[in-house]
Amino acid sequence: MAKFEKANSIGEWLDQRLNTKELMRVGVLEYWIPKNINFLWSFGIILATLFGILVVSGIFLLMYYKPDTDLAFYSVNYTIMQEVAYGWVFRNMHAVAASVVFLAIYIHMFTGIYYGSYKSGREMIWLTGTILLIAFSAEGFSGYMLPWGQMSYWAAQVITNLFGAIPVIGPDLVIWIRGNYVVEDATLTRFFALHVLVIPLIIMGVLGAHMYALRIPHVNNQDGEDIDYEAEARKFKSGDKRNSKVMPFWPTFVAEDVFVLGAFLTFFFYLTFFHFGFAMDPINFIPADSMKTPPHIYPEWYFLWSYEVLRGFFFSSDMGLIAFGIANHIFLVFPWLDRDPAIKPMHKRPLMKWWFWSFLLIMIALTVWGKLPPTGINAYIGFVLSVAWLSWVLILLPLLSSIERKS
Amino acid sequence: MADCKRRAFVKGAGAALGVTAAVGGGFALYGMKRAWDPLPSVVAAGVTEVETSSMDQGDVGQVEYRGKPVVILKKTDEMPANEERDVVINGERFTVNILICTHLGCIPAWTGEMFKCACHGGEFDSSGVNTFGPPPTPMVVPPFMIEGTKIVLGKEGPEYAKIKAAKA
Repeated sequence: MAKFEKANSIGEWLDQRLNTKELMRVGVLEYWIPKNINFLWSFGIILATLFGILVVSGIFLLMYYKPDTDLAFYSVNYTIMQEVAYGWVFRNMHAVAASVVFLAIYIHMFTGIYYGSYKSGREMIWLTGTILLIAFSAEGFSGYMLPWGQMSYWAAQVITNLFGAIPVIGPDLVIWIRGNYVVEDATLTRFFALHVLVIPLIIMGVLGAHMYALRIPHVNNQDGEDIDYEAEARKFKSGDKRNSKVMPFWPTFVAEDVFVLGAFLTFFFYLTFFHFGFAMDPINFIPADSMKTPPHIYPEWYFLWSYEVLRGFFFSSDMGLIAFGIANHIFLVFPWLDRDPAIKPMHKRPLMKWWFWSFLLIMIALTVWGKLPPTGINAYIGFVLSVAWLSWVLILLPLLSSIERKS
Repeated sequence: MADCKRRAFVKGAGAALGVTAAVGGGFALYGMKRAWDPLPSVVAAGVTEVETSSMDQGDVGQVEYRGKPVVILKKTDEMPANEERDVVINGERFTVNILICTHLGCIPAWTGEMFKCACHGGEFDSSGVNTFGPPPTPMVVPPFMIEGTKIVLGKEGPEYAKIKAAKA
């Protein structure tokens, strides 16, 4: 047992027992962030904040929500929306945050791609981030089922059906996932358990790994410059703060973040209070009916691009499913598809610059066509876009980056 | 020497612990897998019986089978026979199909001579075979078994095996 002297303050008392000063030093005061960054570097904090909003609003929804096919719809649309004081605020915040979190994830991801922040030592950051995207997708899908409206029901029906295409075990797997021959009470309650406990736990764990992975290779900067962190940190601590290339996480970087976060949250609360309709499909305000399909079934906007890759191969559902499988997992191996190990932003890469912006355009076009009915010319545009998406990732990315490496 | 014995003992104990944990983990995984299986009540409710003896030629009935609509049409003599899809009971031909459009899952309606889907205009003939519009395949014949004049949906009889084989 260590010898403890009488503490003169609460801070000192805690430091004696929990080593809080050292924790603060390693955790935030001497966590060095490059100065050469822009507002896009704040999306990590934005995402952490949105996750916090989702957890807190989710807890309050959980207090009135009833996971039962007979009760779910009215517990959401009557109890929470009309009876519970401010219940509608919590629901709007939860729905809007669930939608906007994907916008932030995509911006965060494409920032990483643009600045090459996924390679040469930063692979684990990218990998954990991609797993987070998959976990958030599962969380979004399971949560969408809970209000048990028409779109909840039919989205669940269609998505669980996708597993039926897996050879041999497919049809049995679908019944196993649903716990019934159709989407039913057992399906709702198990996806409820996944949504409120299992997936959030996974997200928290991977989030921890994501932040930890960032500490070892350090944060990338606008020019991909290889900074000598020890030398720059020494310079900063010796008082030459102006000439040092780094700044501490707390308070400097957080001060910048709070500014960007403020702007983002203004946008978020504008949507929550004045424009929440986009996150709540009118068809989902009709109770689930297994005997009546809505005329058009489409996913939320953040799944549209991969949905369009699935639909693009309109002449073969098997090819569509294979392409869909690739689309949902290919980001995991992105660091190895980019064959040029040099960390450079896209505007310093003569070929990849074109690749990046055209790839972004293809993603946006896929999102737009994913919402349009797949008839007539749209089916062919969808096909061209899907093939383009696959060749941009599987062929052009390795090809152009290896040409750049050699030149 | 004593050290060697101790080492062997520790190794053996470690292996025993590993095996026990692996077996226990296997049981746990199996239990979790089984917990997600359909409940016995769900499996029992997954069988639907249809009595056909009271149907006249041209009659159309609809039942719910595993949450899906199933149409049963007793064919008239004018309707073409389909050797690969018809359910034959005592020489009478029946069309037994899951009444879900194979295009995007809407429910087609019987017009008196064909099944027409209101969503995107797909058409199926009296045997449930797609004849016009976007549906890529015929409607699905559910697993069935013939017991006298009854059609038991959810059990697989030899007649169903024949239809399944004809499709493959």
